[in-house]
Order: sequence, then structure tokens, then C-alpha cells
Amino acid sequence: MIMYLAKRFLEMIPTLFGITLISFFIIHLAPGKPTDIFSELNPKITPEARERLEKLYNLDKPIMVQYGLWLKKIVKLDFGDSFSSDRRPVMQRIWDTKKPLIERRLFVTFMINLLSMIVIFLIAIPIGISSATHQLSLYDKITTTVVFVGFAMPSFWLALLLMILFGVYLHWLPISQLKSMNFDSLPLIGQIWDLFKHLLLPIFVSAFGGLAADSRFMRSSMLEVIRQDYVTVARAKGLPEKTVIYRHAFRNALLPIITLTGLSIGGLIGGSVIFENIFGIPGMGQLFYMSVMTRDYPMVMGILTIGAVLTLAGNLMADIGYMLADPRIRAK
Amino acid sequence: MEKIFCLLIVFLMGFSLVGCKGRPEATDGQSLVSITGEPAYGDALAEGSIGEPSVLIPMLAGDSASHEVAGLVFNGLVKYDTDLSIIGDLAESWDISRDGLVITFRLKKGIQWTDGVEFTAEDVMYGYKTIVDEKTPTAYSEDFKQVKKAEVIDRYTFRVTYEKPFAPALSTWGNLVVLPKHLLEGKDITKSELTRNPVGMGPYKLDKWISGQQLVLDSNKDYFEGRPYVDQFIYRIIPDRATMFLELQTGGVDMMDLTPLQYTKQTNTEYFRKNFQKFRYPQFVYTYMGFNLKHPFFQDRRVRQAIAYAIDKSEIVDVVLFGLGSPATGPFVPNTWPYNPNVKKYEFNPEKAKQLLREAGWVEKNGILEKDGRPFRFTILTNMGNALRMNTATIIQWRLAKVGIEVDIKALEWSTFVNEFIDKRRFEAVILGWQISPDPDQYDIWYSGKTKEKEFNFVSYNNPEVDALLEKGRRTFDIEERKKAYFRIQEILAEDQPYIFLYVPDATPIVHARFKGIKPSPIGITYNLPKWYVPKSLQRHRMVP
Amino acid sequence: MGQYTPRNLFWNRFKENGLALAGGIVVLVLFVVAVLAPFVSPYNPDDIDRKHILEPPERLHPLGTDDLGRDVLSRMIWGSRISLSVGFVAVGIATIIGMVLGALSGYYGGWSDRFIMRFIDIMLSIPTFFLILAVIAFIGPSIWNIMIVIGLTQWMGVARLVRAEFLTLKEREFVLAAKAVGASDLRIIFRHIMINSMAPVLVSAVLNVAGAVLVESALSFLGIGVQPPTPSWGNILNLGKDNIEIAWWLSVFPGLAILITVLGYNLLGEGIRDSIDPRLRDSVRR
Repeated sequence: MIMYLAKRFLEMIPTLFGITLISFFIIHLAPGKPTDIFSELNPKITPEARERLEKLYNLDKPIMVQYGLWLKKIVKLDFGDSFSSDRRPVMQRIWDTKKPLIERRLFVTFMINLLSMIVIFLIAIPIGISSATHQLSLYDKITTTVVFVGFAMPSFWLALLLMILFGVYLHWLPISQLKSMNFDSLPLIGQIWDLFKHLLLPIFVSAFGGLAADSRFMRSSMLEVIRQDYVTVARAKGLPEKTVIYRHAFRNALLPIITLTGLSIGGLIGGSVIFENIFGIPGMGQLFYMSVMTRDYPMVMGILTIGAVLTLAGNLMADIGYMLADPRIRAK
Repeated sequence: MEKIFCLLIVFLMGFSLVGCKGRPEATDGQSLVSITGEPAYGDALAEGSIGEPSVLIPMLAGDSASHEVAGLVFNGLVKYDTDLSIIGDLAESWDISRDGLVITFRLKKGIQWTDGVEFTAEDVMYGYKTIVDEKTPTAYSEDFKQVKKAEVIDRYTFRVTYEKPFAPALSTWGNLVVLPKHLLEGKDITKSELTRNPVGMGPYKLDKWISGQQLVLDSNKDYFEGRPYVDQFIYRIIPDRATMFLELQTGGVDMMDLTPLQYTKQTNTEYFRKNFQKFRYPQFVYTYMGFNLKHPFFQDRRVRQAIAYAIDKSEIVDVVLFGLGSPATGPFVPNTWPYNPNVKKYEFNPEKAKQLLREAGWVEKNGILEKDGRPFRFTILTNMGNALRMNTATIIQWRLAKVGIEVDIKALEWSTFVNEFIDKRRFEAVILGWQISPDPDQYDIWYSGKTKEKEFNFVSYNNPEVDALLEKGRRTFDIEERKKAYFRIQEILAEDQPYIFLYVPDATPIVHARFKGIKPSPIGITYNLPKWYVPKSLQRHRMVP
Repeated sequence: MGQYTPRNLFWNRFKENGLALAGGIVVLVLFVVAVLAPFVSPYNPDDIDRKHILEPPERLHPLGTDDLGRDVLSRMIWGSRISLSVGFVAVGIATIIGMVLGALSGYYGGWSDRFIMRFIDIMLSIPTFFLILAVIAFIGPSIWNIMIVIGLTQWMGVARLVRAEFLTLKEREFVLAAKAVGASDLRIIFRHIMINSMAPVLVSAVLNVAGAVLVESALSFLGIGVQPPTPSWGNILNLGKDNIEIAWWLSVFPGLAILITVLGYNLLGEGIRDSIDPRLRDSVRR
């Protein structure tokens, strides 16, 4: 088991390297460089911005040196200073150590995505299981249809529709930001409730796609598992159906889901750009969007790299989870 | 399965019980607009803004967001009254010598900066010295360079002597020139922390500035005109008008500028009529399309005139403003004394446009005009988040396409736009607006020498006759003489078309009905903000003093 | 024996699959509409009409008008051109890259395989949407840039698929036979193995078109995709967001169009997959 973990860790290193390489490559897409065929398409980069870019990324030096310098800086999480009007260091805008946890953008995004994943798990799995056990019933057909539609539905559309319904017409929920204006004056329980109200829609929208995917996969996975011999054996032994399903089938069917969840972390992080923008959540996704719109290149690179590292970490967690859940691997 | 379903229903029902919002709402026929009460201290006013202030020291700021907030923190020696006359603010009174060259201000006594130090004539002197200092990056120095001599006569008396008669002189002594000397002396003002954390003497003082989100100002309890009734002023930055509008309805924002659409179509419901007050009045603002006169395409006047003929301004006013405004013909607002109603107008005439373009050497080829092998194609820049300007640009694009000119539109985030493109003159055409003062002196915008970085003649307009008239207009106190000069300037500008003057929009702000004491006037509604109040019964927040 | 060829079997199954047929019809209709846009569109999509601003659906404008009086139906028809062309080109790029890399990886194995797999892992570690946004931030939002960038981020699935096919197929007799006869590697790869892997690649391509349409509309919705006034479903939705309360038609119809398109391609793709091999229907797929 330790061997497996160690192997996984080692495998991550070249991947990390690769990520830095790709980021490095992207920086060089900045217009003005002779290598770029794209340069005429974005003539709006100003010489000042170009100059700052050159300084920041040492673009005037030979490629190998550039990469080395870039790498050295990244390891220290130094992405340079943001191009925006306050010129704060990139890392500080993502993770401001001077502010309370909840005001740090990275934390906000992380928290919402984590909660989304939990929600997905809690809802998709029961739905998947019951679809499988009641295969081809009306219930199954309905959920399958809903899931298919869920797959195809643009998340931003869903967000808009929900915002109108719950925020404007019904006035039930606030429609933007993370907390109300009088947050600081509320008692702790009030603050938690306020947070909850603000997070409900964003988490739902964020989780929706994953819900569809996961419940579908859960269903398929369960169906496959149910056909297996050991399940028939369990039934033949006279075990109650519930035990058969939950103790035997379920555990095994869960395995691919863990992998799937791990793989979907990247999608969740990417999706945060959309819903944070729509709901006005001050997280990393919103910051990324603003940085892209204002061509704040250091900021863009910083968040991209952090996002990649987080995704990698998420995959690793998923792998560890899989390993813990699958006794076959543990036995090795 | 059914169990979960039931739980869900209960859950949802529980929600409806907790749907309260915290802001007083009109219920059952009772309109907040009609509820009155005695002035009381308390509550907070949240204003929504798409732009974020960049710096809070008035002389260093060029954008309206910065000025709006800085205006609550810094007072000036004088200010405009509702009838557009000039009255004293920090100055109690003043004398102007017979030849108009000397103004002596007598300041009110006992006014304090919010750090407790008394405000004196020394602060005005320091402000003056800073604004005329070459090293200070300000766009407003010109007016003060007219001063030959500034003197501190005594603690509360400040005297300026002008080189030549300067008509706008009195009106310039607003909040641009008051600085806390005791905090800034000897320091580089651009690097001072006061740019983001100012110390002023105005009705409000900055409590905190959360970059990208909001600025929170607390009332200045020792404000010399009396403690403002509303305890807090929150300037919320919401770069999206639709979100801001939603925030207005759900309590996040109490005051904002409505778009024409919101004004005409979205604020007529029962809910709005009971809980909000809408205002509409012409403003000292106009929107224009400016050409970079150094660009080869736009150097020929016929081309600019052709573009003016190709555009239907009334269409823009109808479509973009829903009729809430009027077409503009020059840089002055209709129904004010400097406005010249008889200048050359460019009624919509695409045929004339095409003719002028032909005269200028443009030949049509496959639907697009060409000259010397170059197609007539240019980019209009404007600021992001302003649907009015985007739509104006789109209409212009459509109309120009019909005469063979191809236009690209690019929207940029405000500070990038200002700092990287306008200030550095890196544009072909822009759609922007100007806020103008009641005094017609527009030297800073049209004078040919005002083309340095950050100065306002960024289109590089150069007309010696206009230069001379601008001088003349500011050198005489005789209204008739001034009027003649400004009338002639408008005639020339109409011929030259360095800008296409598009429209003068009406101001259409909306304020939550719990705020009383608002009195609309030609200078707007926020001039008496410190006197607005929320009656105790309607107060939303209870700030612990 | 003619009626039992793989092709006939495929068609028979496909015809019986109601959903797949529906998907196919949707895809076909969309394609025709996009191609015939100039003829089908009732108005010029750029024509501004000051008399019909923000009008709800009615006889003259079945899907309503936008804030400049432009007909929404016309804009959506022309928008379908954008969405579909982005979809096709992006997927075309992704598929070609995926096929080439997958083939190399699967056929030659060894270092090239490890290298390419590692490359895929790296690409998959970066949140796709972030990557697309970042690149577009640097190179600017033009339609071509969007197509290329989306294509460059969608090839990984195809590559894995092709690789898997090659791994299984390269040990088969017909390959060994070809080798024995002295056929060159290139010939074997393209003439023999690739042809047999086309089916899953086709399925993946169809499904990817749906994904590409979603990404393009998300980008346009955020303002970093197709720029106005060029119509795209995503940027009409952006307008819808700004006018939520008074112009529901701007939010509903484009979103619905996206939904139907994506659904259509998904159903078609799944239908093709099911028709190729019904045994696959209920097993765990990736």
C-alpha cells in the first residue's frame, strides 16, 4: 500500500513539470513575439504591458534560462505582481494571509467545490442505486430522462433561471455575493445561516452537471455489479435484499465513482468561473474571469497553475480514496 | 424514496418562513414613499457603481467614480448652489477686486480634518502649490497656473492674484486644492497612503476600502455643517448593471443610476412605486465619439463630417436612451446660457456622407471603401459594462457599414481603457462621455497644447482660432463677450467635428424610499447628501455608535 | 446473407432506437438551417429597428426582438452557423490530433506511448475551462482562436480511445498477416487498423461536438467568446442576463436551442454507440 502511494507520488512529479511547461508555453503566446502567428489578432497589448511581461518572465533571455527562472519562482509560489491597479502580488490576491479565511478567494472556491462534491455524492449515489435496482421502472425512466437533460443543460442557463425564480420572484434567496451587508453584526448562528442562504444556489448549479454524470454512472456501475456472480451467491445464501445491495453490491459499484469524482474535479474548478461570475461570489473563479477580461497576465498564469495543482491534488485524493476502498489494491 | 421526498417538501416549506429580508418593505397598500418622520441619525446608504475609484485625492483623479467618493471626503472653498450660483463651502465669504484679478477668501473657523488638526489657509496654500507643481500628475493644473501669486494672509484668510482676468476663477476653488498639509508636507503625494486612505474634512471619512468590492465611509460626526444623518455611506462596486439592479431590489443597493430601459420598463411595478423614488433631469453630461486626429483616416475633415451624416442621432436617442435625452450638437447642454442652437447640424443623410467620402478620395470596392489599397476599417473603443455605449457603437457600426465603412468594436475594462489607451493615445476612435461644469470654460479639453499624457485633449485637436477663443472666453467677466466666444467655438467645432457629438442623456437615478430629504435640482440630487435621513421607524441598520 | 452485414445490422438497430433517431433528426435539421441561413432567416440579423425594441414574441417576430430591435429568430439562425462551425472545426482538430497521437501511442508502444500518455495526464490535470480562458486571454477572442483552442483541449479522450483500439487490434491476425506480407507501418496503421477503430471515434466525435457547442456558448456568455454584434447563442444569452426581468425570450430561447442541440448530439452519439454494439449499453463506460 505504501508502495502504491509512493509510486503515485513519484508519478506526479513529471506531471507537475509538464504543467509548468505548458504554462510556460502559454506565456509565450502573448502577442508581440515573433513566434506568434496570432499576434495580429490581438494588437491591443500595449508596449507597457509588453515591457512588464518581459521583465516578469525574462522574455529577453534564452529559452532555457527563462524556463529555469520561471520554475524557480513558481516553486516559491511567486507569480509576480498583478497588472491591475493595486499591483499586489498575485499570490496575495488569491490567498491573502492578512484576511479572515472566508475572505480568501482560494478558500471560497475550494469550500464551494468541496461542498458541491459532497452534495453530488449524497444525492447522486442514492439515485443511481435506486435506478439500478428498479431498472426500467417508471422511476428509472424519469430519472434517466432528467439526467440526460441535465447533461445537456448549460449551467449558466440553469443559474439564470434559478436566480430569477428564487431570487427575484420569490425573494427567498439572495442572488449575489457570499454574505449580506450586515454580516458582521450577526451572531454566529446568523452568520452560518446567511452563508447557507448565499451558497445554496451556487452549490446547486455547480453540482448539477456532476449530479447527472455521477448518478448515471452509479446506475451503470450498479447494474454491472448486480450481474456478477457473487451477488447471485449472496442472494442464494438467503441474505435480505437490502444487505445484498448495500453491503455487497454497493461497495464494489462505488469504486469507479470515486475515480470519476476525482476526474471531475478539474471540471468543477473550471465551472467555478461561470457560476462565481453569475452569482457574484468573490472566489478564485471570479478573480480569474476578471483577470482574463483585463488581460492581467501574471494573475491569469498564477491562477491557472494553482488550479492545475489543485486538480492534481484532487486526483491524488481520489486515487487514495480508491485505494482505501478497494481491498485488492491494499493487499498488494 | 418517498421519505426523502417528504423531507424535501418540509425543507422547502421551512424556507418560505425564513424569507424575510431585513430591509423595510411596503406592505398592503402602505407606501414607503408616503411615510415621513423626523430627521434621525442612523442607517446606511449603499450606492452601486460600475467603476471603481482609482485614487481618492481629487486633484489626482480623472474618473467620475474617484471624484464621487472623494467629493464626500473633501470639501472645497466654494460650491454650486441649486440655482447654479456659487456659494461658500469651506469659505465663509470672499471679495473679488474690481478688476477681477484678486480673490480673497475668508475661511470658516474651527473646521477640523478628521484627525483633529484644524483646517487653515495653509492647507489651501499647500494644495495650490501641489497642483501647480510639474511633478504632480494632474489634469487640472491649468486653471491654477493662471494664478500669479497666492498668499496666506492669516490663519483663515487666503488670497490669490491672477495674471490676467480669469472668468472661471472662482468656480475652480472647489475640492481640487485642499490638502492636509500636516500629513503631506515633504512627501511625494502620488506615493502617499492618503491616495487610498484619505484624511479629509468632509461629511464622510473612509473606513475601509475592499479592492474590487466596496468602499465604506463613516459619517464625520464633527462635520462643520452638522453631523450627517446617515451614518454610513457604502460605495459598492458591481461591474454589471443587471446585477446591480437585482441588488437594488433585494436590498444590497439603495441608490443607483438607472438605465433608460430600467427607468421606463422595469420600475413601474407596484413594488417599485411603493418602495423607491425615481428622478429624471437633464445632466451636465454628453456622450460623443472622438476621433484620433493623428490617424491618417481622420485627418480629412470631410471624412469626419461624412461619418456625422451617416449616423442618425435621433435613432440613437430613441433606441439607446428610450427617448430619455436629446441629440447633442456640441459640447454644451441645451437650455444653458452658453449653448448655441444655431450651429451646423448633421441631419441623417447617407447619400451626402457617401458623396463626401468620394470627394475625400475613397472608392467603393465590394461594399467597402478603399483608398491607396487600404480598406476603410477602424476600431471603436469604449468601456466595458456600459450597455448604452456598446449599443451606441453597434448602431454606429451598422450605419457606417451602409456607407462602406467597416467598424470593429472593442470594450475594455475602465482603468485599462483610461490608463493604457486613452492616456497613451492608443486608439482610433472612442465612445466616451464628458461631465462638464456649469462654467463654460473647456480649455482643458480643446486647447491644442493640452495633449500631454493624462491631459484631456487626447484627440489632439488643434485649431488656432479655437485656441484664441478659449483664451478670450476665460479672460473676460462680461457674460455677453463670453457668450460670443463660446458661440463661435461651437460653430467651429460643428464644422470641424473632432468629436461626433452624440447625445445628452437625462439623469435617471433611483433611491430607496426610506431616504428622505432629497431635492432634485439642476445640479443633481446628491449635493445635499449629508442632509438626507431615514426616519427612525424605517431604519434598517442600527449602528452602534 | 446480405441482410446481416454489420452495416445493415447497425442501421436496423439504429432505426429502432427512437431516441437515437430523434437525435439524428435534430442534428440534421440544425445542419440544414445553418447552411441555408441566408434563405431561412426572415430578417437580416444586424438590422436595427427603433420601432420594435425588446418586443415579446409575436407574428412579426416569432421569437421576439432584442434591445436594438433586431429579430431574435434571425440572430439565432445565424448564430447556429457560428455554434455549429465552431463545433465541427474544433472537433475536427481534436479528432485528428487524437487519432494521430492515439495511433502512435498504441501502435509503437514503448517511449512514445509513455510520453503521449504522460502528455494526456498533464493536459487533463489542468482545468479545461481555465486553460481555454487563459489562452484566449493571451491571444484574443476571435472565432478562429476559439475553434483552435477548444480543439486543442478536446483531443485527449479521442487519443485514449484510439490507443485502446490499437492495443487490442495490433495483435490480431490480419495485422500479423499484413506485416508478414511486408506492408509498411504507415500502411498498416491507416489502411488496416484505423479503419476498424473509426466507429468509436465517430461516436466520440459526435459527443464532442455537443461539448464544443457548450464551451463556445459558455465563452460567449462570459463575453470572451464570439464578440457582439456577431450573433451567437451564448452572447444572446448574455443579453438575456442583462434584461432578465423584461425580456424572458432572450434568456429562454437561446438556452433552449443550446439544450436541444446538445441533447440531439448526445442522443445521436449514444444511439450510434448502442447500435454498433448493444452489449455496451448497460456496462460501465467512460
